[in-house]
Amino acid sequence: MNERFEIPGSLKRTSMILLGIGIVTLVLGIALLLGGDSYDKTRFWAVLLHNSVFFTLITTASVFIQAASSLAQGGWIVAYRRVPEAIGANVWLFGLIAAIVMFLIVFVFRIDGKNPIYEWVTPGNDAALMHKKPFLNPGMFVGLTLVTVGLWAFFGWKFRALSIAQESAPKNNAKIYWTFFRLSGVFLLIYALTQMSTTPWMWIMSVQPHWYSTMFSWYTWASAFVSGMSLILLWVVYLKNQGKLELVTKEHIHDLGKFMFAFTIFWTYVWFCQYMLIWYANIPEETVAFKLRQQGPYSIIFYANFIINFIMPFLILMARPSKRNYFTVTFIAMLIIFGHWLDFYQMIMPGPLGEHWHLGWFEMGIFAGFVGILIFSVSRTLASASLVAQNNILLKETIIHIS
Amino acid sequence: MAIKKFAVACYDDEAVLFPAVAKVRHSGYKLHDIYTPFAVHGLDNAMGHKESDLHIAGFIFGLCGTSTAVGFISWILTGDWPINFGGKPHFALPAWIPITFELTVLFAAVGMTMTFCYLNQIMPGVKKHVFHPRQSDDYFVMAVELNEHVNENDVVNFLKETGAKETSVQIAEDSWWYGRFDKTEPYQLLGQ
Repeated sequence: MNERFEIPGSLKRTSMILLGIGIVTLVLGIALLLGGDSYDKTRFWAVLLHNSVFFTLITTASVFIQAASSLAQGGWIVAYRRVPEAIGANVWLFGLIAAIVMFLIVFVFRIDGKNPIYEWVTPGNDAALMHKKPFLNPGMFVGLTLVTVGLWAFFGWKFRALSIAQESAPKNNAKIYWTFFRLSGVFLLIYALTQMSTTPWMWIMSVQPHWYSTMFSWYTWASAFVSGMSLILLWVVYLKNQGKLELVTKEHIHDLGKFMFAFTIFWTYVWFCQYMLIWYANIPEETVAFKLRQQGPYSIIFYANFIINFIMPFLILMARPSKRNYFTVTFIAMLIIFGHWLDFYQMIMPGPLGEHWHLGWFEMGIFAGFVGILIFSVSRTLASASLVAQNNILLKETIIHIS
Repeated sequence: MAIKKFAVACYDDEAVLFPAVAKVRHSGYKLHDIYTPFAVHGLDNAMGHKESDLHIAGFIFGLCGTSTAVGFISWILTGDWPINFGGKPHFALPAWIPITFELTVLFAAVGMTMTFCYLNQIMPGVKKHVFHPRQSDDYFVMAVELNEHVNENDVVNFLKETGAKETSVQIAEDSWWYGRFDKTEPYQLLGQ
């Protein structure tokens, strides 16, 4: 079995070109935007925040899917489990970038003594912000961010290390399997307390500190998870095209497609629940967020978001043959990743930028740069170990898997 | 609805059943159906059934549910009996989404269940012939249809060669009927 992945020159070149575009865009951004007016400066930092947080969350979704399937004792994932492992092992990189960007925004970025992105850093005598101060303050922000990113990165690294340790363990030895099982429970608890509740409030929702929604973290999680699954699928299809991952059959692709389909609906469900409760209650301090997004300058993104992230994947992936077709699943996976990138865009931008938003060279360039980092780091990690989890005790289960 | 003659073979092992199914299909005898005590994965493929179109029926039922809900609510709340709920517009689509969703699911689920029952000929109170009482216990029971083109003894001997534990020839109703087993079933056991 051809189980070793050597990074093809074309992939390396692509990642280098994307990375180059990202660096050039960053340099141009520093020159053009940081020297511009206050909205240009805000745009510079907001775009960095948007992309680094988005990529941190979608890579962490890979750690989550490993933990969830391990706790459910699912065997089907074993055929391609080196892919989520490799993505999860690189959470530290994106987490580090996100933490640096956010700390710079919190501590360095000021315009006229005010912080235009995280308004709560400089609350003045705003009663509402003073009331939220026990949660929204720089000390808490730094502490929670470091703990969150540190734990995610640790588990991402640990899961891969355990899986590789299984290769040299005696055959059918379940010791590592049960260690992994227990650690998965711990990780899910941590994940529930960070990604699914506090972290998105702190990182994203607090760009509009007067607005709040208790469903916000669920909504962010659904977004991150469905794009994380799409990311895994893109890597699996890529490796399949390279002639690797022989154990992956149409049945596995079908199940990945089902995950994308199901969590597209879940995302819509949560998105709509948040929207409808706020619409129905009609409380001014809650509706202000949707006023800006739905009827204000962002309405085009608001509706595009709904069409790209719900209607298209829903209608296209509904039929069984389209979930088993490499072209349609790849197309939808790319669409979902772009759509949820747009979703994160409209979570973050309306607060600091208002009507002065752009979706131009800087946004796309930084996105390309992050994609370059992702391809570069994940392909290196993939190449560092066997692509088949040879000695995994669920290997047989994954070979005979029927979706 | 027809009374037909069947050769019946009982197997006690999946590993024997699958090659037997392949042999019967290869030989050209007409496979009527196979009755198993539990769902056997891959048996539908082995028998040559194509993918079911049940989900297309489900999609159509779902669309019926969606249009029923949206049509009915919008007729009530904008035409027949408009009510002012907290100053919301009469055509308040977000508020209707939950009901639309529920009716879509309800129509799709109920419609698919009934289609499934119809296609498989099962319904409360409706009877189907039981080829062997142990088909719900530990036997995989295969019924092969006999007609004027095949020799009864050839088929039975062929089935025995494929590893059947028990064989028999029966004249029975091939589809469903409403009534009682003891009074209305036109069943004859011809040979063991």
